[in-house]
Amino acid sequence: MEAGKLPGFLARRLLKAVAVVLAIVICNFFLVHAAPGDPASVMAGQSGAADAVFMEQLRRQFGLDQPLHVQLWIYLKSVLTLDLGFSHRQQMGVAALIMERLPATLLLTGAAFAFAVVGGVTLGALAAQRVGSWADSFITILALTFYATPLFWVGLMLVLVFSVWLEWLPSFGMSSVGAGYEGWAHVWDVAQHLLLPALTLGLFYLAVYARLTRATMLEVQDQDFVKTARAKGVPEGRITRAHVLRNAMLPVITFAGIQAGQLVGGSILVETVFAWPGIGRLAFEALLARDYAVLLGVFFCTSVIVVLFNLATDLLYAIIDPRVEVG
Amino acid sequence: MADFWRRYRRNKGAVVGLVVLILVVIMAATAPWLFPGSPWDMASAPFMPPGEMGMWLGTDSLGRDVAAGIAHGARISLLVGAVSTVAALSVGVTLGAIAGYLGGFVDDVVMRFTEFFQTIPSFVLAILLVAIFTPTIGSVVAAIAIVSWPPVARVVRAEFLSLRSREFVQAAEVLGKSRIAIVLGDILPNALSPIIVLASLMVASAILLESALSFLGLGDPNLMTWGFLIGSGRSVIRLAWWMSVFPGLAIFVTVLSLNLVGEGLSDALNPRLARGRA
Repeated sequence: MEAGKLPGFLARRLLKAVAVVLAIVICNFFLVHAAPGDPASVMAGQSGAADAVFMEQLRRQFGLDQPLHVQLWIYLKSVLTLDLGFSHRQQMGVAALIMERLPATLLLTGAAFAFAVVGGVTLGALAAQRVGSWADSFITILALTFYATPLFWVGLMLVLVFSVWLEWLPSFGMSSVGAGYEGWAHVWDVAQHLLLPALTLGLFYLAVYARLTRATMLEVQDQDFVKTARAKGVPEGRITRAHVLRNAMLPVITFAGIQAGQLVGGSILVETVFAWPGIGRLAFEALLARDYAVLLGVFFCTSVIVVLFNLATDLLYAIIDPRVEVG
Repeated sequence: MADFWRRYRRNKGAVVGLVVLILVVIMAATAPWLFPGSPWDMASAPFMPPGEMGMWLGTDSLGRDVAAGIAHGARISLLVGAVSTVAALSVGVTLGAIAGYLGGFVDDVVMRFTEFFQTIPSFVLAILLVAIFTPTIGSVVAAIAIVSWPPVARVVRAEFLSLRSREFVQAAEVLGKSRIAIVLGDILPNALSPIIVLASLMVASAILLESALSFLGLGDPNLMTWGFLIGSGRSVIRLAWWMSVFPGLAIFVTVLSLNLVGEGLSDALNPRLARGRA
């Protein structure tokens, strides 16, 4: 892409991102109003957790005696100033609760994503170089299996094999309770706890990326510019890396952007299985307590993460592919 | 039809998938006779490993028969999968047809709307919907339909976009047929094959989604489901592996066979694509 076009492209993408975030907030607002019962009781959470004083405070805060559009405006203003409400159950602001749990989720999804991309592209490249080899059959079986297996069940089976039977890896939490490790010992401890959840979350995407990489590499291999490079005597390894793989990365990036939402959604299940202290686990706890303020906050927050991730993939795409259509 | 079946049969995996799927459907249909009585009732002592006391898949922590739970759960899984797919198809086909046939501004608006639903974390939205509208089979089906229609809309729009300028559609327009008649009578039948293939895959993903929701405790509390079985066996997995392993295998086998059937349908309906595929 020409350098001059980049700012305009980014501005349009940013505008779209803002529109999506606004739409989410409006969606949340109408969900609260569509729910059975009075919005204040929805926000306070069911099962009689809230007392009359708190309910009154909520009614005043959301202006529930005002017309709907005024209420929407009040809600928009409060969310956009990052006031996501108050969790009566946890006695904490929702935004603070989510911020506290966010790093764990980012670590988990980041690790799973990195594993899926590196593993998937490597396997896919191997499979494309030798059609019909072990790598080729392996990714076919992997993809068929993981397309059909519930994520949470994969996690449970990994726990069963690696924690219960083999006793190799911990199955619970993010670090050993009461061990008090510091420095590298702590990093090692967290890494051991991270391994199974990240594998669980990443394996499905690894299969997806491997198939994508294989398919595009086979397609690109036959194109004229690759033949030209080969005719000029460019070494085979360099052709694969610089010509074929670079082009094969493009659909992987596109897909990563499309699937970011699924990855974040999957982390709810994985964090529930492994008691990983992230926002997915927070959502599960909120679910058990019917703490809707927290659930709405998690939905808002995960959507913002996905939108930001999409912006990043758009930018990456524009950098890798100089021909990208800006618009 | 014979031609269709010949092409379908060429894909061995699809044939196996179809056989397994029929077996699962038979199991679901005959569950009340295979395992009479409620799957929620105590059938034997709790924590019986598979094979003991006539419980060939073991019992759970309350003495319920795991095999009975799986057979009765198949009814709910297949039902939810089918109904939510029909609901998602009707939304997706309608929106996709409108966008693809009318084009222009309407197309823009519908596609932005579709994109929005594809961007947001759909599983989180499904959880939120079921939680807020309380878990019943209706809210689960609705939530699954709401998060799974966008791919249908995209596919249908693309088909309509390419079909609406074809000669037979122009001919129908010249003949003075109404728009509705053209859309339903001329264009839709020609766009059916990708919709059928997509539908079989959607049933599969709806079953996965339902199991995930009921695993998190968002299933209808009166209905036995596979996800519920796994969720309730989770906390005792160290003592009793069979409570979570067998229901998971049931999901795996069902979803895998649906995916294989989908591939077979795709081969049979798009013979040109099938030959080109490596």
